[in-house]
Amino acid sequence: MRFLPLLAANLFRKKVRTTLTVGSFAVALFLFCLLVTIRGAFNQGVEAAGADRILVINKTSLIQPLPLAYRDRILRVAGVQHVTFANWFGGVYQDERNFFAQFAIDHTTYRDMYTEFVVPDDQWEAFVADKAGCIVGAATAERFGFEIGDRVPIKGAIYPGEWQFNVRGIYHGRRPNDDLTQFWFRWDYLDEKVPSFAKGYVGWYTVRVAPGQEMVPVSRAIDDGFANSPFETRTQSEQAFMASFVEQMGNIELLMLAIGGVVVFTLLLVTGNTMATAVRERTGELAVLKTVGFTDPFVMGLVLVESVLIAAAGGVVGIALAKLFTLQGDPTGGMLPAFYLPSWAMAAALGLALAVGVAAGLLPAVGAMRLQVVQALRKV
Amino acid sequence: MVRLGLNGDSGALITLRDLGKTYHRGSEELHVLQGINLDVDKGDFVAFMGPSGSGKSTLLNLVGGLDVPTTGSVTVAGDEITRLSGSRLTAWRARHVGFVFQLYNLIPVLSALRNVELPLLLTPLSRTERRRHVETALSVVGLKDRAQHKPRELSGGQQQRVAIARAIVADPTFLLCDEPTGDLDRKSADEILELLERLVDDHGKTVLMVTHDPRAAERAHAVLHLDKGVLT
Repeated sequence: MRFLPLLAANLFRKKVRTTLTVGSFAVALFLFCLLVTIRGAFNQGVEAAGADRILVINKTSLIQPLPLAYRDRILRVAGVQHVTFANWFGGVYQDERNFFAQFAIDHTTYRDMYTEFVVPDDQWEAFVADKAGCIVGAATAERFGFEIGDRVPIKGAIYPGEWQFNVRGIYHGRRPNDDLTQFWFRWDYLDEKVPSFAKGYVGWYTVRVAPGQEMVPVSRAIDDGFANSPFETRTQSEQAFMASFVEQMGNIELLMLAIGGVVVFTLLLVTGNTMATAVRERTGELAVLKTVGFTDPFVMGLVLVESVLIAAAGGVVGIALAKLFTLQGDPTGGMLPAFYLPSWAMAAALGLALAVGVAAGLLPAVGAMRLQVVQALRKV
Repeated sequence: MVRLGLNGDSGALITLRDLGKTYHRGSEELHVLQGINLDVDKGDFVAFMGPSGSGKSTLLNLVGGLDVPTTGSVTVAGDEITRLSGSRLTAWRARHVGFVFQLYNLIPVLSALRNVELPLLLTPLSRTERRRHVETALSVVGLKDRAQHKPRELSGGQQQRVAIARAIVADPTFLLCDEPTGDLDRKSADEILELLERLVDDHGKTVLMVTHDPRAAERAHAVLHLDKGVLT
């Protein structure tokens, strides 16, 4: 504590420079946190995917449907515990920029499959009781101000016409990275309104493998069961399915991370150089400290602590700003549904800031430690 | 009393024996100090004069433990400082030497009070005790009312007085003053010299001063001349 005034006086001797240095650190760490968040958002589907779930889609393409009749056949495959299904709706709410994913789900089985999504019982019962009912993710509900009882019109893109839905529930996630942007409505409502040639088809099946069962043989058994049929299937784990989605965007992610990484690195170099300059300017003063009896390690520690304090201050500001930014939710309007800065990333960012603070301060600190008093005083 | 050219143990406060310093510039050897033998008693006020490059500041640096001699020894109050390691020499310096420089060398971002307090931060004194010592030192130099002023808010003479307060605050064994009036006008220089005289006469301090100024040297008890590294 007795050295605090000395430390503070040094830190604030050039307020503009200190502020700018702290600001540089803050920007670098803000960017770092944002990159981690974006990366996490890209991979959210993979991370949040159920470890015991597999997806059955049409072998030709995801956009090709599968017959509803497959459900019972899949259920009979050894190792299958539970099956649900859904369709991609692809509608637009008011404007195409208002993107959020809409799924027509099987209301009798979906909730048991996706237990990470939490819907209060009374809301779920209201949803089951209303064929035009829908359940909205908390993030989407907040984004558009949806409340229970609201009527939400969705303009169909794949399924033409304007569809009216009644908000019967709002779901939340058990984990911070759960996607809270989805919009579910009843599959039988969709099936009732589509033309007769499109009735009885689902987009994909989600299967839970029984405990102790391997996913690969179960997947193979499902695909073998539908081999050489008009609707052959391709079955894979939910994680692999999500990963294939991420791969489609892989180049964009890599590009963003590369550019962001270079910016962060450059900012840190500039910051380190600024700190080194600040120390060089004080050579004479450091020599005076040594003259009056401050030891070499103390002078080194003084420089290092200053550097680390600046880095820590910048880091805390940057991380706090990033957290505030990510708390506003997905800035892309639906592209990155789980736009979330996890605690471990904040801790890593602070660790990075401190490490850079030490690295940036180390050379000047060692220089200060080795400073020869007589030579330094001659330069004053 | 100051004695030149003695050998053996004289019982003086500061004893220099066969002190020499040689610098190497490429293959060239520069003998900055050669064979200095000097005894300075407690309470002496010694001035060192000589042309630039004669080795005055080097001599002060050696006596103050800021530099290491090539030959010979420096003994202060029975401690041969030339045998001390780096960290022990630093601790010795903090305890025994007060430095006053030509350009004051105050920390510009600290108030006069904080500048004077610097050497005391290394002692186990409490905050209150440190404050008391600082106030006493600032009173001695007549700047108690300027304690909260930053160096840039003080005149050159006042800054040098703050530097002297910093030099005496930890009650060192002796003071080393390197051209303490070299950057001051006549009036301020006289005030500083009177202050140094008072420290010697009233407080029993020992002062070794390097100066170019004959009027400053007149104040000293003894004036020694250095020329080409040899003391006369």
